[in-house]
Amino acid sequence: MPMSEKNGQKVWQVRTTNAQLIRWGAWLVGLAAFLYSWKEISDNTLWFMMDNVGEVVADIAGRATPPAWSFITELGRPVWDTLAIATLGTIFALIMAVPVAFLAARNTTPSRIFVRPIALLVIVSTRSVNSLIWALLLVSIVGPGVLAGLIAISIRSIGFCAKLLYEAIEEINVVQVEAIKATGASPMQVMVYGIVPQIMPAFAGIAVFRWDINIRESTVLGLVGAGGIGLALQSSLNVLAWPKVSLILLVILVAVVIGEWVSAKVRGAII
Amino acid sequence: MSAALEAKLGQAWKKPPFISNPVFRWALFIGTAVYIIAAFSGIEINLDRIARGWARGWEFIKAFTEPDFTSRWKDIYKGIYESIVMTVASTVVGIAISIPIALGAARNIAPLPIYLICRAIVAISRALNEIIVAIILVAILGFGPLAGFITLSFATIGFLAKLLAEDIENMNKVQAEAIKSTGASWSQWINYGVQPQVMPRLIGLSMYRLDINFRESAVLGLVGAGGIGGTLNTAFDRYEFDTVAAILIIIIVTVMFLEYLSGVIRARIQ
Repeated sequence: MPMSEKNGQKVWQVRTTNAQLIRWGAWLVGLAAFLYSWKEISDNTLWFMMDNVGEVVADIAGRATPPAWSFITELGRPVWDTLAIATLGTIFALIMAVPVAFLAARNTTPSRIFVRPIALLVIVSTRSVNSLIWALLLVSIVGPGVLAGLIAISIRSIGFCAKLLYEAIEEINVVQVEAIKATGASPMQVMVYGIVPQIMPAFAGIAVFRWDINIRESTVLGLVGAGGIGLALQSSLNVLAWPKVSLILLVILVAVVIGEWVSAKVRGAII
Repeated sequence: MSAALEAKLGQAWKKPPFISNPVFRWALFIGTAVYIIAAFSGIEINLDRIARGWARGWEFIKAFTEPDFTSRWKDIYKGIYESIVMTVASTVVGIAISIPIALGAARNIAPLPIYLICRAIVAISRALNEIIVAIILVAILGFGPLAGFITLSFATIGFLAKLLAEDIENMNKVQAEAIKSTGASWSQWINYGVQPQVMPRLIGLSMYRLDINFRESAVLGLVGAGGIGGTLNTAFDRYEFDTVAAILIIIIVTVMFLEYLSGVIRARIQ
């Protein structure tokens, strides 16, 4: 037990002196890193611009209210496109994520040395690049429009879905798989009757979860020209049409909230 | 033997369907099919444009085999540096703000009015996309890392406070009560009864958020909020795919490293 002597009396401590010193050292390093980072940000900021931030906010808020309600009739198509990007993107991503997940899971991969690293690389590289960057790239390949956004969302979602799915596959109950094997089932039958039923709830949960995230992400893809409501946002921002901007932001907010509500309901029903 | 079993004997076994109600199952199936067809027909696919763009796509894939780190190294270095600085500062500030909000958003600790206020803050932060917040902040504060820093801090609050509050709500009541029964004050109660229970999760979530913030900081530059995204955007505009490949490789490697680090730290804590 860590003790220290104080006036000839033994006093209990939470940690030994060394452990305490290491903790203080870690805190010191962390604090120094933070202060240094803050100084860098501060040095790159024009602070005299901040004097009239209040006025700027009041000015923009004044211009943005009331939202241009009549503009909502023109938003039907962009909202439909945004939903299409999110939904179809999720479906394509799942179609591609399932084989990747089975190749990446330790218990189903055909080869741990050759195939698994490749599958993991696919997962990491698609996951670490944001959908906006994918969209930027695809706009320059397939041209601006919904298609670029759709492919961007699909690629971005592969890694996410495959990662969660392969973790679910690795956690399956081996006993059930063995029971199916014991009946003389072929590998394909083992897959369909032993593994798939066990990961089905996780799969459905992942699908809805990713769909919810994709709605959020597809609302901004238009900023780089990849279709959806972001396109309307971008064109309104470019001409500083603040009433339209505020209406679009409201529509996005409503779409996101509805998406989250649906996803929570469906996940609640599954689990 | 019961009649139900009697009827089933001799028939081949069939896998039970995922959704048991047949009407609902078929309605869902047909509805999904109709929607997919409708959504698909709305997409314009310009084959001519794709054919022209394909050469560019191939060029991009080839660029990954020979990424160019050197010719724009100064810009890349500055962008990455700014991204890391923004990530560190915003994660620290975000955590510092989200802890009190998480305490307020846990129903077993906070009184109802505070609970509602904190939940509202969490809901707003989660509903607003980072990019949209960044656009608004750039309009208000001007270009630069400050807008990105505030955006990421704000996004961190919604993420961390929500998950931490859920963890506090799921904590073991007995330990907290034991501390309370010793006559501890409110702050002592939180410090010795609640904090040790949620600390591993808080550290794990913080590491995870650090990772997310770095990834997000890579795109905030697209709207002028500082970081590597600005460099990336410029490289795309110039069609310098080898530089783009270099930047993407740096992002992927950094994210992999952060993920590995957070994995090690989380494994050591639990």
